[in-house]
Amino acid sequence: MDVGLLGQYIMNGLMLGMMYALVAVGFTLFFGVMDIINFAHGDVLTVGAFAALATILGLAGIGVDSPWIQLAGATLVAVTTMAALGAVIARTLVLPLKGAPPLNTLLITLMLGTALHEGVRLFYPQGANPQRFPSLLPTDAYSFGHFTLRIDSLLVLTTGLLLIVGIHLLINRTKLGLAIRAVAQDEDTAKTMGINYTLIVLATFAIGSGLAAFAGVLHGLYYSEVNFAMGLLLGVIGFSAAIVGGLGNIYGAILGGFLFSALQTIGVLAMPFASAYKDVFAFAVVILIMAWRPTGLISEKISQRV
Amino acid sequence: MTAPQDPRSLAWTIGAAVVVVLYVILLLGVESQLEIAGLLAAGIAAVAVAARFGVVARLGRFLGERDALLNTLVVAGTLVVTAFFHGDAFVLLLMATVIIYFIACLGLNLQFGYSGVLNFAGAAFFGIGCYTSAVMTAHTAVPHLLILFAGGAMAAAIGSILILPVLRTYSHYSAVITIAFGLLFKIFLEVNDALGGPQGLRVKGMNVLGWKFNSNIDIGGIEVSFYVNYIVLGLVLLALAFTFVRRVERSWIGLNLDAVRLDETAAACFGLNITRWKITAFTLGNFLIGLAGALFAMMLGFIAPTNFTFGDSLILVSIVLLGGIGNPWGLVVATAILIVVPEKLQAIQEYRFLLFAAMVILILLFRPEGLLPRSLRAYFPGWRTK
Repeated sequence: MDVGLLGQYIMNGLMLGMMYALVAVGFTLFFGVMDIINFAHGDVLTVGAFAALATILGLAGIGVDSPWIQLAGATLVAVTTMAALGAVIARTLVLPLKGAPPLNTLLITLMLGTALHEGVRLFYPQGANPQRFPSLLPTDAYSFGHFTLRIDSLLVLTTGLLLIVGIHLLINRTKLGLAIRAVAQDEDTAKTMGINYTLIVLATFAIGSGLAAFAGVLHGLYYSEVNFAMGLLLGVIGFSAAIVGGLGNIYGAILGGFLFSALQTIGVLAMPFASAYKDVFAFAVVILIMAWRPTGLISEKISQRV
Repeated sequence: MTAPQDPRSLAWTIGAAVVVVLYVILLLGVESQLEIAGLLAAGIAAVAVAARFGVVARLGRFLGERDALLNTLVVAGTLVVTAFFHGDAFVLLLMATVIIYFIACLGLNLQFGYSGVLNFAGAAFFGIGCYTSAVMTAHTAVPHLLILFAGGAMAAAIGSILILPVLRTYSHYSAVITIAFGLLFKIFLEVNDALGGPQGLRVKGMNVLGWKFNSNIDIGGIEVSFYVNYIVLGLVLLALAFTFVRRVERSWIGLNLDAVRLDETAAACFGLNITRWKITAFTLGNFLIGLAGALFAMMLGFIAPTNFTFGDSLILVSIVLLGGIGNPWGLVVATAILIVVPEKLQAIQEYRFLLFAAMVILILLFRPEGLLPRSLRAYFPGWRTK
């Protein structure tokens, strides 16, 4: 195989992996503090992407033409509104069901996800059709043989990396991060130490959902298109990535995200004749991995209590 | 089981049944959106008032002890409604759809109502039944009644691939496995040319010993829509499936399934074989879902991957949850509401996924046991829970 082409595949894989990792980190954070899975996470991403799109169109409408300002505004709006939405979800749907059977939490978040993407489909103008997402980043490219390094990919990748480093610092170097880790480790002890449990849960949901919104903007920039159903697939992939890395483990989730994109890329490379089956392949691998290691490659910190 | 005689309650019950049948006929018969909305509101109000005065609870208690009477009333009521609408294809199609979905939901109920095995790929197993009947009617000469069972067997067989991953995982993890399978199934159908791809497949109608189900019947000059065939066959299958599920529920098998759902560890400590019961429930459930799918495909005559999305799986789950997990009678009410209301009230057709999702969220927050909660198991004949 040509080295340049291989580089191209690796670059695409990294982009996808970045997106998956950002979604997976959200799943893992929620699981850490609440021991629940938020199946609406992927659809929060969708809503975030549409919020960004609406902001861009709105800014263009009032005459702000600079792509940088548009992008910054869109990202800001998407991340803050989704962070708020995440906190609202935690407050109204997740915390009230804390003592209920896990099935109920699972169903309520699944149904919330359905409500969110159906809301986009029905109430966003022309929401049932895929929407074009404007390419706001410079599209200069440098060619090295078959390998084309596009500036926008490089920018997206760098921003994603910075964000992951930021999350790492937030969790490990700040008081909020310390509180999140304390709650994740032992809720009751954390409470007796004077940590405001509800506040920490809300903050965690806000952070995770903000990350999902960011991933939604990345998705829009990368594919130049957003549609109402994209969250379901990304949600399942992100969740699988989080599981593969071991739920509750942030670095595992990031690793899982990149591993999953690597799997997809390998699937396309190994079976070029069947590239239509790449998602079938990816999901089959997810099912197999979970059958092999039911709680992920890096196991959950505490196994099921008896 | 001999329940105490109670002629007054019996008269009341039959009266209530007549009222319900009349209401259903009225609801299915009217066309104007405003009238339908009014009727629905009136129905909800009537049930609320009846519940307020304890009528519903008394009827429930009375019928709870007389299964045979309830079964007879439901079958008779369905036949009366069918006879009334004998020429109206749309209404009959709706009724047949409700019956078929009911069979599928009975299967789902076996899975997570009794043994607690999650299945968010209901539409996929339904689809397996549909595609089996499409392929077998087109390419083989197998008698069509057998094809129905082949559809169920196929769904159970393909479901057995998932048994290992589902058994090894618990709660969220096994939910994701079934979700992944549901998505995989639909994507597979879309990219696979042999099964028609996104365009789908045509399915031949049911044909039993020369009796063609898909042609209208003419009885003494009265034209009867062919959907009546499917309603009758559906009712027979439903009666079989329902009896089967009720028998399983009441037997020691059902007791074991309940124990597995309520506390796996405790059940294992008492010597129950968790694996065996989970496999039993999962396989039986998938069989019923596939069976329903096979009949549905023959009735519609045409199937495509878009009939089997994740959203459809969620609708099946919503039906089970709305009806009251584990209570087959709750399913009747829930299926009727979730299938008939959006079809009749065209104004909300487009918004149905959104409305169902909102409805399930509200139910989970405020009435997690469903509309008709499952009553406590009656361990002895005539045993009453206070």
